[in-house]
Amino acid sequence: MIATAARNRRRRKTIDSIASGAIVAAGVGVIVPLVAILGFLLFRGLPALHLDLFTKNPGPTGVDGGGVKSAIAGTLVLLGLSLVMGLPVAIATGVYLAEYGRTRIGFVIRFLVDVLAGVPSITIGIFVYTLVVLNMGKLSSITGSDQKYTAFAGGIALALIMLPIVSRITEEMLLLVPQVTREASYALGVPKWKTITTVVLPAASSGIMTGIVLAMARVAGEAAPLLFTALGNNFYSTGVFRPIDALPLRIFTYATGPFAYQHDQAWASSFVLVMMVLVLSIGGRLVLQRRGG
Amino acid sequence: MQVTETPARADFQRSPGLLSRIDPRENIFRGIVTLAALAVVLIIVLMIYELTHEAWPAITKFGPRFLWSTDWNPPKARFGALPFIAGTLITSLLALIFGTVIGVGASLFLVEFAPPWVRVPVSYMVELLAAIPSVVYGLWGVFVLGPWIQKTAGPFILDYFSWMPFVHGPALSVGILSAVLILTIMILPTIVAISRDVIAAVPRSQREGILALGATRWEMIRIAVLPYARSGVLGAAILGLARAIGETLAVALVIGNSTNVPDSIFSPAYTMASVIANQFREIENDTHEAALIYIGLLLLIITLIVNAIARALVWRVTRGQITTVIE
Repeated sequence: MIATAARNRRRRKTIDSIASGAIVAAGVGVIVPLVAILGFLLFRGLPALHLDLFTKNPGPTGVDGGGVKSAIAGTLVLLGLSLVMGLPVAIATGVYLAEYGRTRIGFVIRFLVDVLAGVPSITIGIFVYTLVVLNMGKLSSITGSDQKYTAFAGGIALALIMLPIVSRITEEMLLLVPQVTREASYALGVPKWKTITTVVLPAASSGIMTGIVLAMARVAGEAAPLLFTALGNNFYSTGVFRPIDALPLRIFTYATGPFAYQHDQAWASSFVLVMMVLVLSIGGRLVLQRRGG
Repeated sequence: MQVTETPARADFQRSPGLLSRIDPRENIFRGIVTLAALAVVLIIVLMIYELTHEAWPAITKFGPRFLWSTDWNPPKARFGALPFIAGTLITSLLALIFGTVIGVGASLFLVEFAPPWVRVPVSYMVELLAAIPSVVYGLWGVFVLGPWIQKTAGPFILDYFSWMPFVHGPALSVGILSAVLILTIMILPTIVAISRDVIAAVPRSQREGILALGATRWEMIRIAVLPYARSGVLGAAILGLARAIGETLAVALVIGNSTNVPDSIFSPAYTMASVIANQFREIENDTHEAALIYIGLLLLIITLIVNAIARALVWRVTRGQITTVIE
């Protein structure tokens, strides 16, 4: 009887050790890919990092040298366009959800915002292709350009990815502003719309900024929605109604290219892109955490 | 993230009449933000309409047969999406299994085992994984993971596991296995972030009660913690699944681009998202374009359903926490 109990106890101890070992292994295991990826980015990207990367445009295919200046400029232009087109709608939606959205319609819209966040970026790309790229011909008299693929379309695609992220963070940040702040403003006879624009939004502004920065970090690395909208461009172009290059697109092209210089530049560009994204997202998260996130 | 619910505010909202009589700008402001919010509804409706409209030639020509036909022949304008549907299902389900096992294990490690000086940096590093762009994973997959599978992991698996079904060579650097491993890594942050929060939310009394009965730590996890966190963990896994299904470029770079239905873990294949990424820029005829948009429409429907399920599950547990949006 006692022997059985002891055996049983030993068996449970053994199972416990095995399970604990597996759990610790999983905990260590999740860091391995990050170390492997960042390690190779340093190992392959850093040696290939060269000033030419930032100051020269891609040369003729197959010829060594050249850089990705056009892609870096393109990424900045696309980010700017997506901010201009996406932020007003995103922040207004966030305001609606936080201040007017405690209704059934508000609940539905909140759910749809989350649904939009889950739409694959390639599907966003096709959607913008059908909606914007295919209809660019009709707009040529306004835009003065006969190009189908444009930075404009790419900016819309990125704005659609940014929209759900920024509006949900705006909502969360507005809800963090204490109710007494609003009531103090109402008590002074300030109407609700003015309370929101002059009291609540400024109080939440640093949190909202964080959300915007995190959204920028996310879309800066997106290439899939740009494939059939911004298209990419082998020449330097920052025109809004022309095809434009982007860093992630360039990496995608070079990763499958046959030339060694393309691979080197793909690693170096990835290094630059990841640094850009990490600075944005680490900075954003630090601020968010300081605010009790 | 503390979300303060204040029922008092509802009074202000239900009586806008007085406010708006005093100041008409009240209605204008309210109108503007409501329009913006309705734009989101419009975007979703427009997305479904546009994709259906552009895919219509393929929908009418191939009908539901599109879903199970394996014939993908752009020059002859014959299209069936089964190879891609199969590729998406196989890669994302396998990634889901690996990702959930490792991800939940890592979450348990972070919550139940790790001291704070380990928990904080490791949680942070996992979140960094989420910030790395898809195309960089793809580049890493092409130059690091692929060759490793071809030279090291592949031959090892073929030596010892070729008795298993769907395991036969040759081991290439691109194929199902490469895509599965990349996807596993990419969905880990989603799964870890949410299941960590859910597991941490299990009340301490729950743990202390069973420990007082003499349970080992594993028994505590198995009996008291995991069942309590089940629906949240399930939601986390399904959100990860949604991410894997929609993942495009990383997969496009490592899956090997074959329009055959894969029959081995080393087979080159295509997923729904990656076939669009690779073929949409080299369209051979109108039907080809319509067929690819048809796949895009199917992808949209699948991810809408999967996301809706996941968010319903996660919402129920975390009450709409912010982690569900920043993936």
